Amino acid sequence: MAGRATHQTLSVLVENRSGVLARVSSLFARRGYNIISLAVAPTDDPAFSRITIVIDIETTSVEQITKQLFKLVNVVKITELDPADSVERELLLATVNAAGDNRSQVVELVDLFNGKIEDVGYDTLTVMLAGEPARLDDLEELLRPYGITDLQRTGRVALPRLERQAPRLRNVTGKAS
Amino acid sequence: MKLTGAQALIKSLEMESVEVIFGLPGGCILPAYDPLLDSPIRHILVRHEQGAGHMAEGYAHVTGRPGVAMVTSGPAATNMVTPLCDAYMDSVPMVAITGQVGRPFIGTDAFQECDTVGITRSVTKHNELVMDPDELPLIIRQAFHLATTGRPGPVLVDVPKDILQAELDWWWPTDADLAASLPGYKPTTKGHPRMIKEAARLIAAAERPVIYAGGGILKARAAEALKELAEATGIPVVTTLMARGAFPDDHPLCLGMPGMHGNYTAITAMQQSDLLIALGTRFDDRVTGRVGAFAPDAKVVHVDIDPAELNKIRKPDVPIVGDCRQVITEIVRALRQLDGADDAPPTPDRTPWRSRISGWQERYPLHYDPQVEGDALKPQMVMETLRDSAPEETILVSGVGQHQMWASQFWKFNHPYTWVNSGGLGTMGFSVPAAIGAKVGRPDRTVWAVDGDGCFQMTAQELATAASERIPVKVAILNNAYLGMVRQWQEMFYEERYSEVYLSPDLPDYVKWAEAMGCVGIRVEHPEEVQPAIDKANSIDDRPVVIDFRTDASEKVFPMVPAGASNDEVVVHPSQAPGGERVVQ
Repeated sequence: MAGRATHQTLSVLVENRSGVLARVSSLFARRGYNIISLAVAPTDDPAFSRITIVIDIETTSVEQITKQLFKLVNVVKITELDPADSVERELLLATVNAAGDNRSQVVELVDLFNGKIEDVGYDTLTVMLAGEPARLDDLEELLRPYGITDLQRTGRVALPRLERQAPRLRNVTGKAS
Repeated sequence: MKLTGAQALIKSLEMESVEVIFGLPGGCILPAYDPLLDSPIRHILVRHEQGAGHMAEGYAHVTGRPGVAMVTSGPAATNMVTPLCDAYMDSVPMVAITGQVGRPFIGTDAFQECDTVGITRSVTKHNELVMDPDELPLIIRQAFHLATTGRPGPVLVDVPKDILQAELDWWWPTDADLAASLPGYKPTTKGHPRMIKEAARLIAAAERPVIYAGGGILKARAAEALKELAEATGIPVVTTLMARGAFPDDHPLCLGMPGMHGNYTAITAMQQSDLLIALGTRFDDRVTGRVGAFAPDAKVVHVDIDPAELNKIRKPDVPIVGDCRQVITEIVRALRQLDGADDAPPTPDRTPWRSRISGWQERYPLHYDPQVEGDALKPQMVMETLRDSAPEETILVSGVGQHQMWASQFWKFNHPYTWVNSGGLGTMGFSVPAAIGAKVGRPDRTVWAVDGDGCFQMTAQELATAASERIPVKVAILNNAYLGMVRQWQEMFYEERYSEVYLSPDLPDYVKWAEAMGCVGIRVEHPEEVQPAIDKANSIDDRPVVIDFRTDASEKVFPMVPAGASNDEVVVHPSQAPGGERVVQ
């Protein structure tokens, strides 16, 4: 699913006030925009929260969604994150049938992905994997034949990739405000 | 200085130079009504909260200043939803203050509790529930700032009763406090210089340009700038329903209203233009008709203060985010610089375009069958008589439906801020309360409300407000005993199967009803009575007047572009197209 042109990730910096998430989600509902996933948490500055939204851009242009979002008074900044230029991570929890021989196979599989076994039941295991959304998709697919009884993913969070080059003087004349 | 929340609220409104509040008290807002007694602010006691909201809108439309409505919680707040939505759709600056149950009761389904901020979230530019008495002055200041800057709109402040009763140390936020409290709010007012140059080049080179002026012209106080642009370039101007009066109808460059019931020339000039200069307008479906077929050959320069309007419906070739007045002034300057410059585009010959336009104007003027003595009144004739008898700069307010379209078509709007109507939301019942608000804002002007009999029955009780507050508005009911526009659609598109549209001309008796509310009531059934009745109404200035004009129910609004059709398919008046066929260009 990750990285296809049908999706786009928006990192939306908002004032950390009550009702802001409701404003954002009701805007999506009211204008018929589709949310694929949404994650929200305060930033290092407790006055602000960051909402990471993965949106469906097949039906609506990302430009219109961004502009409408920015009309919300509590929205401070919106960054459109291109998967190629950002670090995207997600966390997956899955409870998998793992009776008998299957148990060791599941453990091995999770181990190969650098995931963890977080809970052990009589004939089930709850596994955890944090990483790139595509890797989570892969593990999910490989676990499915064993029987996934519960699955919870957080939705992705993302930050832009950092500059690798040392800063140098750039000509910024004529730059739009 | 210690003040109660209620005192701080009223003082904050005074700090914002509020001169009038339209409202109705009740349980939760009660504390705020006590300090109001000691305030210079005038309060107008309405009969229904919806009336308060529309009055605030009418006031804002004609003064350009934010209208203020104050009501209590629960049902009062929900009654405010329609005017808030109306103001949101038409970008009307308005501040609504609602009472709320005390903080400890919020979320308990207390008496007259409702989730006001939740309910009004999608119909306000912003809303806020006050949860700390110390924040009250700041939230009020923010509300007025948000309502009046950028793209104007309604802002609601929900104030719990215990906040009104609590004490706070009075303070009034500085500009810096205000700016710091709104880190995400920075409307762009200045257009991008490169885009302005680009717009000037397109304008200079266009062979068939049209200025498409919207309500944003009025919001930006840009009527003078628009006139300068039109006259400097000789480009004709269409004024949308929200922009009537933004460019004088008696100006030779004015083409009048485009859209579903616009005149043939305005519709067709846009449709065949090679450049639309869209100023403070949003390509509403009632203007564009079928979007895919709208003005197919036109390049578009689109100026709007709301970036979300650019490329929402139609992709502009030159998008400019900014305040219309500033941007238009800059475009005029850029055009002057371009004039005679080495890299100026060759000056096109616009004579053929002008002659095509005047050809359409001659062939398809607005038309209705002339009044025949003994027949029911032609509503268009009533409108024209009203227009010709109105004092200069009369403010015309309308409801929604056929009468609204005839008002817009047949009135001559030669001054900005003389036309008040509900465009985007299409709120029936808008006109009586909005006219009252307009008259409060401009007591020096004659204010006529043109209403339909359907609309009038929705909000007429506010005439009791007008009579008791001595607000002498005048109401002309074009009483055709039908929900006229619905009837027109059923006649034209549902094989004359009339379903639930008949209202009766006599029930209620409008004259008696007017008199019961302290107004003068006049009934007009015959053509020769029209002029004397209007003269009488114009001479009364100590109370409201209602004239019940009995009009011909079979009259339809023409021209018409049927819903979903292309603007190439204008249905003109049957006498202009024998057989009633559509005129297809």
